[in-house]
This record gives sequence, C-alpha cells and structure tokens, in this order.
Amino acid sequence: MIPSLGPRRLLRQLAILALPALLGGCNLVVLSPAGDVAQRQAHLVMISTGLMLLIILPVMALTVLFAWRYRAANRDAQYEPEWSHSTGLELVIWSAPLVIIICLGALAWAGTHLLDPYRPLARIGPDRPVVAAVEPLEVNVVALDWKWLFILPEYGVASVNELAAPVDRPIRFRITSTAVMNSFFIPALAGQIYAMPGMETTLHGVINRPGTYEGFSANYSGAGFSGMRFRFHGLAGPEFDAWIAQARQADATLGRTEFLALQRPSENVPVRHFSTVDPALFDAIVNKCVEPGRMCLRDMMSIDERGGLGVAGIDAVRRSGRDRDTLAGRTTTMVTAICSIPATPAQRPVPAPIAQARLTGAGLRPQAGPYSRPLVASQLPPRPES
Amino acid sequence: MTSETVTTQAAPLRFYDVEEHEHPEGGSTMLGFWIYLMSDCLIFAILFACFAVLGGNYAAGPSPRDLFDLPQVALSTAMLLFSSITFGFAMLSMQAGRRGATQGWLVVTALFGLAFLGMELREFAHLISIGATPQRSAFLSAFFTLVGTHGLHVTFGLVWIATMIAQVGRHGLIPANQRRLMCLSLFWHFLDIIWIGVFTFVYLMGMLR
Amino acid sequence: MAAPSELSPIFGRLTLDALPLHEPILVVTFLVVAALGTLLLGAITWFRLWGYLWKEWFTSVDHKKIGVMYMVLGIIMLLRGFSDAIMMRLQQAIAFNGSEGYLPPHHYDQVFSAHGVIMIFFVAMPLVTGIMNFVVPLQIGARDVSFPFLNNFSFWMTTGGAILVMTSLFVGEFAKTGWLAYPPLSGTTYSPDVGVDYYIWGLQVAGIGTTLSGINLICTIIKLRAPGMSLMKMPIFTWTALCTNVLIVATFPVLTAVLALLALDRYVGMNFFTTELGGNPMMYVNLIWIWGHPEVYILILPLFGVYSEVTSTFSGKRLFGYTSMVYATVVITILSYLVWLHHFFTMGSGASVNSFFAITTMVISIPTGAKLFNWLFTMYRGRIRFELPMMWTIAFMLTFVVGGMTGVLLAVPPADFVLHNSLFLVAHFHNVIIGGVLFGLFAAINYWFPKAFGFKLDRFWGLVSFWCWVVGFWLAFMPLYILGLMGVTRRMRVFDDPSLQIFFVIAGFGVAVIFVGIMALLIQIGVSIRNRARLRDATGDPWNGRTLEWSTTSPPPEYNFAFTPIIHDLDAWYDMKRRGQEQPMSGFRPIPMPRNTGAGVFLAAFATVCGFALIWQIWWLVAASFIAALVTAIGHTFDYDRSHRIPAETVAATEALRTRALAAAE
Repeated sequence: MIPSLGPRRLLRQLAILALPALLGGCNLVVLSPAGDVAQRQAHLVMISTGLMLLIILPVMALTVLFAWRYRAANRDAQYEPEWSHSTGLELVIWSAPLVIIICLGALAWAGTHLLDPYRPLARIGPDRPVVAAVEPLEVNVVALDWKWLFILPEYGVASVNELAAPVDRPIRFRITSTAVMNSFFIPALAGQIYAMPGMETTLHGVINRPGTYEGFSANYSGAGFSGMRFRFHGLAGPEFDAWIAQARQADATLGRTEFLALQRPSENVPVRHFSTVDPALFDAIVNKCVEPGRMCLRDMMSIDERGGLGVAGIDAVRRSGRDRDTLAGRTTTMVTAICSIPATPAQRPVPAPIAQARLTGAGLRPQAGPYSRPLVASQLPPRPES
Repeated sequence: MTSETVTTQAAPLRFYDVEEHEHPEGGSTMLGFWIYLMSDCLIFAILFACFAVLGGNYAAGPSPRDLFDLPQVALSTAMLLFSSITFGFAMLSMQAGRRGATQGWLVVTALFGLAFLGMELREFAHLISIGATPQRSAFLSAFFTLVGTHGLHVTFGLVWIATMIAQVGRHGLIPANQRRLMCLSLFWHFLDIIWIGVFTFVYLMGMLR
Repeated sequence: MAAPSELSPIFGRLTLDALPLHEPILVVTFLVVAALGTLLLGAITWFRLWGYLWKEWFTSVDHKKIGVMYMVLGIIMLLRGFSDAIMMRLQQAIAFNGSEGYLPPHHYDQVFSAHGVIMIFFVAMPLVTGIMNFVVPLQIGARDVSFPFLNNFSFWMTTGGAILVMTSLFVGEFAKTGWLAYPPLSGTTYSPDVGVDYYIWGLQVAGIGTTLSGINLICTIIKLRAPGMSLMKMPIFTWTALCTNVLIVATFPVLTAVLALLALDRYVGMNFFTTELGGNPMMYVNLIWIWGHPEVYILILPLFGVYSEVTSTFSGKRLFGYTSMVYATVVITILSYLVWLHHFFTMGSGASVNSFFAITTMVISIPTGAKLFNWLFTMYRGRIRFELPMMWTIAFMLTFVVGGMTGVLLAVPPADFVLHNSLFLVAHFHNVIIGGVLFGLFAAINYWFPKAFGFKLDRFWGLVSFWCWVVGFWLAFMPLYILGLMGVTRRMRVFDDPSLQIFFVIAGFGVAVIFVGIMALLIQIGVSIRNRARLRDATGDPWNGRTLEWSTTSPPPEYNFAFTPIIHDLDAWYDMKRRGQEQPMSGFRPIPMPRNTGAGVFLAAFATVCGFALIWQIWWLVAASFIAALVTAIGHTFDYDRSHRIPAETVAATEALRTRALAAAE
C-alpha cells in the first residue's frame, strides 16, 4: 500500500509552498521582536531548532526511505529476519542524540544565565553596552482582575492598560498580582514571567524600535482573561516625556482607597491615567496590606520567624468582606495588623549585570559566560541598589 | 536474548506445560499489598513535604511550642508502639495456629489503637477549643492534615482488625485469613513507622524550632 | 464553604437553578443525549440484553472483557471531548472584529477545562489502560491478572469519575479553571461554584481506580509470567506496560494527595494554597506537575511498546536493539520524575534551577531518540507489510519527531519565556499526544481487534480514518504553531487582531477533517461487525505475529491458554512457529478461574454517589453512601469462595472447536 504515501507527500509539498504566501501577511513577533532581550530569545529559538533539525531531518528522510525500500512488494531488497543487533549501530544511535543534547544543553545553560529575567541588562543591543549613568526605568506592574496597573515610581504616575517606555533605556519590571496568577508578557519586548499574589517577580528588558506593541496576560485567570490586554508604547525621549506629561494631567490620583476601588473585578477596562501615586502603594500590594488594619505579609513573616505570637495571637484574625469576596457571597480571613512597620523597598540584592554577547558561538566564549562575572562586572561601575 | 540455534538443540524443548499443577491462590497478594503501602507512603510523603514547607508559617499565631503537650504525645506514641508489639504477638500466635490467642492479641492491639486514637482526638479537641483550628494558619492546616490522615488510617486499621477478628472466628486460621492477617500486620506496622516520623518531625522538631 | 443558610438539609446546594435551562446549547445537547440514551436503553431492554450485559460484562472479572469495556468508555468519552474541541475551534474562528463569538466566558471556560480533563483522564487513560489490560496477560501467557476483582472495581471507578464529569454538563457546571485547576483561581474565593468540586471528586474517584489498576498490572507482570519468560524475554509492550504502571503507582497518589489538599482548602477553609494565612499557591503548581509530567509518560510509554510490536511484526523481523529499547524505557521512566519544573520556568525560580530542569528534560530526548532509531533499524532489511497498524506507526514516526523537536525547544528556558502558554505550546502537546498516543492507540486497535473479536477491521474505512486524522491533524495544528510564534496565547475567547483569523479558520477546517476521521473510525467498526463473516480470522494469528497472544484462539477462551506456554525465546510465538510446535490435543486439566461478582459495580456506584453528594454538600447522602460502600467492601471480604473450576471436558471441547476451525482455515 506504499503508493498511498504519495498523496500525503504531495500535500505536504503543497503546504510548504503555500506557507510563505500565508506567512507573508502575518507578523511573527516572537521571531522578529523589537527588544534586545526578546531578540536574543528568538535567536535561541532559531539556533535550537537548527541544531535539532540536524537529527530530525535525517530521521524523517530515513523513515520514508526505509518504508519505501523495504516494502513487502520489493523483492529485490535484502531481507534479514534475524538481524537485530549491532553494537556499532547502537553506539551511533545513542551518541548522535547525545552530542546534539550536549550542545543544546550547553546553549540552554549559558542562555538561561545570560537571559535570566532577574539579571539587570548590561547591553541594550548588539555591541551597545549600557551606559553607566543610565538607571533602568522602574515599572511596578500589578495584575488585577482583569486589567493591568502600571506604576512608574520615578515619575509618580500610574496607568491602567497602557504603558510607555523610552526607547533604548533598560526597564526593570517589578511584578505582582492582587488576586490570581497571571503572566506578564509583551512579546516584542522580552519574555514573560508570572505575576503571583503575595509575591514579587522581576523582569528586565529594553525596547529598541519605537512603536506600539501588544501586551497581555499569558496565563488564564478567569472570566475577563481575554480582555486583559494593553498597549505598550516604545517612545523616543521627547514623546515619552509628553506621555508622562499627559499622564500628569489626569484628574485621578491613586492612593489606597482608589486602589481598593480599582481592584474590583472588571472586564475590558479602557485606558486610565493617574497623576500621582502613593509611593508606598506597590509595596503594600505585594504584601497584601492595602486595606487598613491588615497585617503585611512581610511583618507576618518576620513575626513567624521569631516563633509567632503564641496562643494570644490566635484571635488576631478577622473575617473580611473584600469586595471581590462579598460579590461571591464569601469572606476571607485576614490577620489584623498589630503594629505598622514602615514600608521599605524590597531588600533583595540585585545581581550584577554581565556583558551579554550574542548567543551564538560567541556567546559561549568565557568572557561572556556566567563564570566570568567578576572580570566583566569590574569593567562596569557598581550599580546602586535600589 | 535471541537464540540463533534453531536446529542444534540437544534435549527436546517443551513448549507447553502439560503437567501444570494449580497455583496456590493469592500468590501476588503480599507483593500487591507492599506496592499499595508504598503508594500510601507517597501520600504521607506529600503531607510531610507540605508540613516541611508550611510548618513555619504561623500567620502570627501560635507555634508548636505554644500548642503541643509533649508528655501527652509521648504517651500516645507509646500506645501505638505497644500496639505494634501486641500485633507481633498476634502474628506469633497465628504461626503457632492458636486461634483464640490470635483473636485475643488482636483485641489488645485494637484497645491500644483506640487509646491512641482517643488521645489524638482529645488533643485535636483541645486545640480547636482554644481557637487553634486548621483554618487559623498554614502551619495548623498542615499539622491537622498530616496527623489527621494518620489517624484516619488508624481508624481504618481498627475496622479491619474488627473484621479480621470476626473472620478468624468464622473460618479459623485458614490460609486466606493468614494472608489477610499478614497484610494487616504490614499495614499496622507501617502506620507505626509513619507515626515515628510524625512524632520526630512534627512534635520533637516542632518544639525545637 | 457555603454559608449554612444556603444549604438545604435534604438537597445541600442542589437546587433547580443548577439545571442549565437558560442555556440553549446545553438544553439541545441534553435533549439529543436523552433521546439517544432512551433509544439505547430501550433497545437493550427490547432485545432483553440487560441480563446478558450484567452477567457477562458488567460483573465480569475477565481481563479481556474489562479491557474491551475500557476501550468502549474511552471511545464514548472521545466523542464528548471532541465536541468540546469543535466548540472551541468554532468560537476562536468567529470571535473576531468585535464579535463575541457564540460562547460567553462562563461557558467557554468550562469547555476548554472539560476538554483537557476528559481527553487526558477519560479518553487517553481508559484507552491505554484498556489495551494494557487486554494484551498484557495474553502476552505473558497468564490466565488473568493478579487481582481480577480489583480489576473490575478499577474499571467501574474510572467510569464513575467519567459519569461525575458528564453529570456536570447537565447538573451545575464544570470547572472554569483550566485542566489543572491552579489555585488561587480554583479556591473558593474565585471559584465558589460546584465546577471545581466536580473536577476534584471526578478525578479522585477515577484516580483511585487508576492507582489500583496500576498495582494490579505490576503484580501481574512480576508474578504471572509464563515459565521461562525472564525479564529480558518479556515482550517489549509488556516492558513498557510495566514501566507505565510503576509510574502510575508512583505518581497517582501525589495527585490524590494534592487534590485532597485543594478539597480541604475549599471545604474546610484550610490554608494550603491561599496566601492570606501563610499558604503557598506555588506549592500546588509544583505538586500537581510532579504528578502531571510523569502522567505524560504514563500515556506515551505503552504506545512506544505498541509501535515496537507493530514495527517488528509487519517488518517480519526481530525488534532491533531490544536491550537498548528496554533500557531506554527504564531511563525515561526514571527521568520523567526529574523534569516537572519545566512546566513553569516562568515562575521565576532562578537561572540555576531552570537550567537544571532544562537539561534533565533534554536528556529524556536521548533515549526517546534511540527508540526512534531502533524502530528505523527494525524496518531496515525487513519485509514491510503496509497494513493499517503499520501505516499508523509510520505516520507516528513522521509526526512525533516534530512534536519532540518543539518539546525540546520549549525545554530551553529562554525559548520557553517567549513560547510558554502560547498556542505553540498547545500545538506541541497535541502534536505529541495525537501524533504519539492517539496514533498509537489506533495502531493498537487495528492490530489487536481481530484478537479480541475474531475478525479484522475493515481496511477501506480504516484508510479513510487514517488519512483524515493525519491530514486533519496537520491542518489543525500547524496554524497553531504559527499563531504561537505570532505571540498568541492560549485559552483566549475573543481576539482583536483580524490578521489572525485565517489561521483559526484553517485550524477549524482541520478539526472538521478530524471529525470525518472519527466518524470513519465508528463506521469502520460498524462495517466490520456487519461483514464479520468475510473478515473472520480463524487462525488466531492474522498478522503472522511474534508474541504469545497470537498463539491462542481469537477471541481467546475465558482461560486464555489451555496449557500454559513455556518460553525459550523473546519472540515466543515466532519461535514456536518456526520449530513447528503445536499445542497438545489431549491431556487437558480443569482450570480454576475467578468468579464474576457485582461487588465492584456496587462499590464504585456508592463511591460515585458519595462524590456527587460531596459536590453538592448533601451531607446525609455522603454519610449514607460512604457507609454503604464500607459495608459492601467488608461484606465482600466475607466471600471466601471466589473461584470456579472449568472442567477438563469443557476445555477439551473448546479446544476441539479451535482445532476444527484451524483445519477449516487451511
């Protein structure tokens, strides 16, 4: 029945022919992004695919070849029903994938360390190291049900479902969520990272080409998930300043009360700006103590580390009616604050940046590898801890 | 594993077992029960892991030091250990073919088990009465779940012991009942081992935290 | 937990509002299902089949019949899971340019959650378990599994879980959380309804069945092999089945535990996975994937075994590199525990942790690659007959490598950062599950169907099904790969960018082609039953097979083998054939076999009712059904007389029939 393999091959060829025509009209943003980090991630996608094709293509070709050559109708082909072992062949069979995986593993190891989202950027593009004087733009990201809140502490403004950043300036995102898990993702800029309640994650990126890009949640989070999208504007310096100025013109301000109102579930939320922001707000969100009288997770952890509050602390909880919960006819339990430790920014040490060469063979050279940090870091002035 | 010697066989090979004697029933039971115990052990492993992760999260509430009464727990541990010993005696009586003694030792084992369970329930009742409920903190959730799951197993063990007392009474120490008693014995000692883990890991180390 | 005021003492949370009368789609579905169901039940009653079904099938402890029932369950659930797929594809193909599509979020979110749960737990698992149940005892020369009653009970527990999930369609709702129900979304705060409870109890009931069936098959393989069958003379399918069941026993308890913890959070208000009082939702994600990743290998490993058997049989050749195949399987089994974190590289675990799990993941592709080469070199210098099972195998080899490649790609953390949760990921796992598991199941069904029923499956409709599946698969999932590279994420209900629509339309078209493939499969079975006289195989060995299952009659007698075979070679039946060995025609002995029992059906029924009562918080029914189950279980242990003896004369008569049929065939 081998001739019946024919139509399929034909179909595949047709598909291959049709593919470029179809792809011509679409924007493969993952493979041609506008930010350096995403660009290098895309490189890694291509290189890995290429490496694997080295073994995949021969296997596919051999499959078709053997299926055709040793078909039962072909009586000319050799037939050895007892042949089932060959040490040499077995060696090849195991070592060929092994070699590919060693290469790929090395690539993955180096790439994972080079492109660790927690690591500050050392370059903004090929052969364009970060100028020491340029501080990264800090953006605090909060995933709410079902919209994104962006706070720019440097400028004291905030926005919902819209974000702008100056071109070629490194950005540091500090990301959290109020309710359920989301994933913060701007494909053109850099990879994604989860936004989780009570936790903070970090992502570094830089946008190299001005333009408007799509951002969204890449982790399903409930009914309004599809509408949890925002525009990310990569703006040249003056335009960014104008965007900030426009945000400062907004009527609304963002304090704890306003945040509690904003936190209520809503879908397909239009863009909003806030002219001023409570500087301690983001920290309170991460620590789940925006509501007055609620103990911050940070305080709770330090109390727990010292052995808790004993039997006396048992009753330090109260049932609350957060809006979300009362909506569902339910309440959550929360620990009441006993004292308020002034909010301080996160104490986590920021790892030093490393020089990041291209992720081809050059990326694997020692001076670009993860083990050479002291050497490269010494070339850069120490980054002030924020 | 491939035999290339088709023709050069010295003695004629047999390909069908024409004189097959019947296999004794339940030949796989012990192996099966061991595998079951290992899978149950995994459930406990997960609960221990949860306790390891969450055991220090008191949510500004009480810690083990505030809640546990170590002498009480030591006493209940002793109960369970004694019950293991008496189960051992039950198995020895079974080997000796003494039906009444087997049942008697099973009753003693069950009584020790009941005493253990009673003390555990009393501890739970005390904790809940002072407000240290499983809802209060992640530590208490993990504690109640781990210890409670063990208690639930002991409860099922007691039901099983009762069933076995009745079945031994009805049919005597026939092979099927011996096999069941072996399984039950494995189960009971397994719970003992788990409890030693709980006692060390939850109570002793909790007091040292 | 719901406030006490909402709870009725008799009906718990269950009210008439739980019936989705306001949902036209569901009402129509219900009417169709009810009509078909009435028709089916009416037909069974009309033809007076209830007694037969109950005595010969439902209460049967025969591994072959239980295997067949698993297959029927899997195929029925495939229809349900596939309807969900059609609904999703349709929604995504039309929800553009401001259109909301035809599914509101609360319905669409249930559809994709149910699709995943049903396809994994109630399609792939029953089909895989069914094949193992049917084939393994035959392949090792055993007369049944180690614990025949447990086998029946396991099947009904799986069915009970499936019934619970199906009930959610018409009574209440299913989870709106995705197939793994990550908290906090699956906690009571964000999912107060019964959906997640259906998920929890459906999987708990089915999971117990799966664990027990895993224990059963391990014991069977270790204890009941025919004399002479050392571990390294075991057929490769039995090897993969052994590894799969080891994985089942070593991972399903983790699922049971983690779902129990989620249930405690939801029902008792504990704090395992909520952040307010010290819990940690990420612990759930870790735990569920410690089960979830090995689960993928639970599904694929037995099919690797099927491909090995099929390739060797239809190439008329010994399997190339049997030893390395066995080692590859064992290595995959062990490694599958060490890779779970690759499902959430984006959680922010840090570069060292991520690269460790990346590399362990990649290492798995080495034994997998070795297996592929082994199949290739089994074909090499063979005489390949392109019967349907072999065609599925070749389609698998060409499809699976692509899925494997994208899988390794996703294991590179920086690549995963841009492809995680995208449609690229969706395309990848459908590529391995359809191209690996499903194609293998179709190969297995076409391969062993004549063994189970005594006649082959119709070739023409098999070819139609084959081409529709293969073409439909590529049409449905290649666009998703592209969409993933365009940065489109999964589980979206509506889209802004109109340039994406064409790809969703193509994917929808692909699903339509697959639909024809599924229909063709059903027609193939129907046509084959009608033409069974023409398709009959009297030899019991239609494919010139190599392993023991082909040495007995098709369908095999209740006792499988009149005389237990003695094994001298890996390809035991091939070895017997080439030495001209035939079964003795006299000297039969009585054969003790287990007796059928209804206890498993009742136990599973009580467990299912208990699950339903827990979902709706009907506490009296929880207590009642639990006690009923306990009493039934204990009562069953008082039954000591569980086997009967097939007299030697009956065996002799059955074997004489076979001899006559064999003679007539020649």
